[in-house]
Amino acid sequence: MTMNPWILHLMKRLFPPQVLLPDIIGIDIGLTIAAIAAIVFLTKTKRWGWLWREWITTVDHKKIGIMYLLAALVMLFRGGVDALMIRTQLIAPHQHFMSAQQYDEVFTTHGTVMIFFMAMPMVFALFNAAVPLMIGARDVAFPRLNAISFWLFAFGAILLNISFSIGGSPDAGWMSYPPYSELMFDPGVGENYFLLSLQVAGIGTIATGINFLVTVLRLRAPGMTLTRMPIFAWSALITSSLILFAFPPLTVALGLTMLDRIFGASFFTLGHQGMPMMYANLFWIFGHPEVYILIMPPFGIFSEVVPTFSKKPLFGYEAMVASLLAISILSYGTWVHHFFEMGAGPGVNSFFGLSTMLIAIPTGVKMFNWIFTMWGGRIRITVPMLWQLAFVPTFVVGGATGVMLATVPADYQYHNSYFMIAHFHNVILGGTVFGLLSGLYYWWPKMFGWKLNHRQGVWACLLFVVGFWLTFMPQYFLGFQGMTRRMSSYPPGLGWTALNFWSTIGAYVMGVGFLIMVYNIIWSRIHPDWDTTGDPWDARTLEWSLPSPAPEYNFARIPQVHSRDEWWEMKQEGRTDEVKISEKTVHAIHMPRNTPMPVLLALAFFVGSIGMVFEWFWLAILGGLGVVAALAYGSFANYSEKEISRDTILQTEAQLGRLES
Amino acid sequence: MSTATETHRSVARPPEFEDTHESIRILGFWIFLTTDVVLFGSLFSVYAVFRNRVALGPTPHQLFSMGPVLAETLILLTSTFTCSLSLYAARSNRLKGAVAWLTVTLLLGASFVFLEIREFAGDVMAGHTWHQSAFLSGFFTLVGTHGSHVTIGIAWAIMLVLQLMSGGLTVTNRRKLYTFTLYWHFLDIVWIFLFTVVYLLGIA
Repeated sequence: MTMNPWILHLMKRLFPPQVLLPDIIGIDIGLTIAAIAAIVFLTKTKRWGWLWREWITTVDHKKIGIMYLLAALVMLFRGGVDALMIRTQLIAPHQHFMSAQQYDEVFTTHGTVMIFFMAMPMVFALFNAAVPLMIGARDVAFPRLNAISFWLFAFGAILLNISFSIGGSPDAGWMSYPPYSELMFDPGVGENYFLLSLQVAGIGTIATGINFLVTVLRLRAPGMTLTRMPIFAWSALITSSLILFAFPPLTVALGLTMLDRIFGASFFTLGHQGMPMMYANLFWIFGHPEVYILIMPPFGIFSEVVPTFSKKPLFGYEAMVASLLAISILSYGTWVHHFFEMGAGPGVNSFFGLSTMLIAIPTGVKMFNWIFTMWGGRIRITVPMLWQLAFVPTFVVGGATGVMLATVPADYQYHNSYFMIAHFHNVILGGTVFGLLSGLYYWWPKMFGWKLNHRQGVWACLLFVVGFWLTFMPQYFLGFQGMTRRMSSYPPGLGWTALNFWSTIGAYVMGVGFLIMVYNIIWSRIHPDWDTTGDPWDARTLEWSLPSPAPEYNFARIPQVHSRDEWWEMKQEGRTDEVKISEKTVHAIHMPRNTPMPVLLALAFFVGSIGMVFEWFWLAILGGLGVVAALAYGSFANYSEKEISRDTILQTEAQLGRLES
Repeated sequence: MSTATETHRSVARPPEFEDTHESIRILGFWIFLTTDVVLFGSLFSVYAVFRNRVALGPTPHQLFSMGPVLAETLILLTSTFTCSLSLYAARSNRLKGAVAWLTVTLLLGASFVFLEIREFAGDVMAGHTWHQSAFLSGFFTLVGTHGSHVTIGIAWAIMLVLQLMSGGLTVTNRRKLYTFTLYWHFLDIVWIFLFTVVYLLGIA
């Protein structure tokens, strides 16, 4: 047998032993079949052109929001499967469902996918879907940049997700602390995938931060002062500003690790006086604000959902804004609480412990404000409201255990135990994900034009919440009993067996809840309950003054805002005709044209990243040239606008029944 | 005939600020620059921590020499002046002047990058690669990130020259020139910190 050694080398590189596990080969075959089926479907139904024109080249924030949402749900599935694999391994002592190596890979991708490729895009999905509509804008400030952000996220997600079948997954945890993540201890391409995919998606995130900050600052409808702005728009403003200051340190942390691994620098190495602690600091200067980047939008969502379903204005609007601002500032002074044990000394630790505890105060203010908003209101138990009601006790427990962890001496006991695992799932799953799902059910009719079935939604929510409590409450006690995170198996006789068993059962119940949610979406698509009014929830803010889904230009006529909850005031004062147009009031509207530049730019980043991952520098240079070419094309191509004529607008609005008689 | 106040206003408010679209882009660019400030801030902190972690490699004092660095500094400071002259020419509606000064700026930028690469190459030839110590890693990365920003700026300036020559002083091109000068001044300010923190403190 003679085989070209070059090809042999390549095959060994692309398919090392860890990607030749039977389950991974099974998934590869499944994915290949699914891809072929999708290609055949698109070709048979002649939808390639439609896909290209309507979705891939679009710069419309509503469509970009939908793409973010679908991608986030797919990633929720992937991260969820990882979670179930972890819990299956831990259901009983001495389980060897996965090898220790594969277990490491699975918990790494679980964390990475859930934070960066599930929660972040779902936040951006809802920003895109709701923020421009609720502030009375026709699009975001930089529509093309918005598409660039999405495609950078999408290709970053693809990059991370192909790692398990080509080359091997990252396995140093979602924080990827050196020296574990350094070449000496972690050879292979897995970590490179982690570094490059987060870097690419991170550039997109920074761009989104800039975009929504400018959108909210500059594109509000006349009369909508900052203090009349819906709280969700406030949360978009504050989240964006957090992104601007949080993501560059991540860029640096990832970039320097990449220089260490690929180009032989000595930043975080053990030799040559490198300093692994530097990475921990840089990472958490990003990482702590990041958790507030993830929780502020749900705070905003609840501040829309609670007033709508309590038929009352939000209690303590000013306090809500002030507490959002306070949290955003305090969040920069807490990062050391992630490593109290690493020797910073009592003075530093006390400062960071206290600043962490301080955050509980503005957060508590928000809790009381939501409860006081419900107080005396006429509460309607809809699915979004149900998620909010589930959130309140969950987040209170998560917050209280957070204060426990902030107590420095006690943290020496809790740190990196299952107590901490339970705490952060309590706030990220019970806070962020509950909030985002509440927002998903709330704005779904506005995004798609049809409502999700109520009964199925209630079941999905109940099962998910019950599964959630069952999964994570035992983990607090496991932490007290000494079980540390990232153990791939444990011996019997430590009193951990029963708690782990129930925790795993809870995880499967959550999985069933998720499946019902998917069923809910598919069923409601097949049996659509069309939203013909545009205002299915009898809601308060401007996005509900539009038809569902909103036309391409959103507002045929930009509304004049007089108060908070402007749409509610319009309904109360019988001014709803203000949103209608007549032949006299209609004007032509300029909208940005579709462009292939964003997807090509992101593709070039993807190609270059593959080159870096495998250290094929010719490919990396090719990708870099592609990036330059795409940017030059974007700069020279006349990025023109198209005009939507008066007649088209009149026609569209007439069909929607929005012409003044 | 315009009154004195109106003339004053037209001087104070260039066209790229009056246009809604372009003024939004200018705000966006300012915000982008803040993210770049944070990026350099992170790299400066890394360098400050690593400054004395020289392992078996050279100390800053042994590595740096004032001559080429001073030349780089003078070139970059001059280029920031010529960059402003380009903007000034555009504001006075002199297209040729704008293009000429922008060309001078990018040539000065290119010679800055050339000198920096020569300095780096000299260090590497002498065996001082960034593998040798944490200090060298921090030094090459911090200064190199600034240098690659200047290189990106040069590419941008080339495209801008072509666009100015083909399109003239349109509102969009005026906005591009204005944001380019913001970027270039920003790099100059970063260099002043670099010069002080890296080179002056290193040589002292």
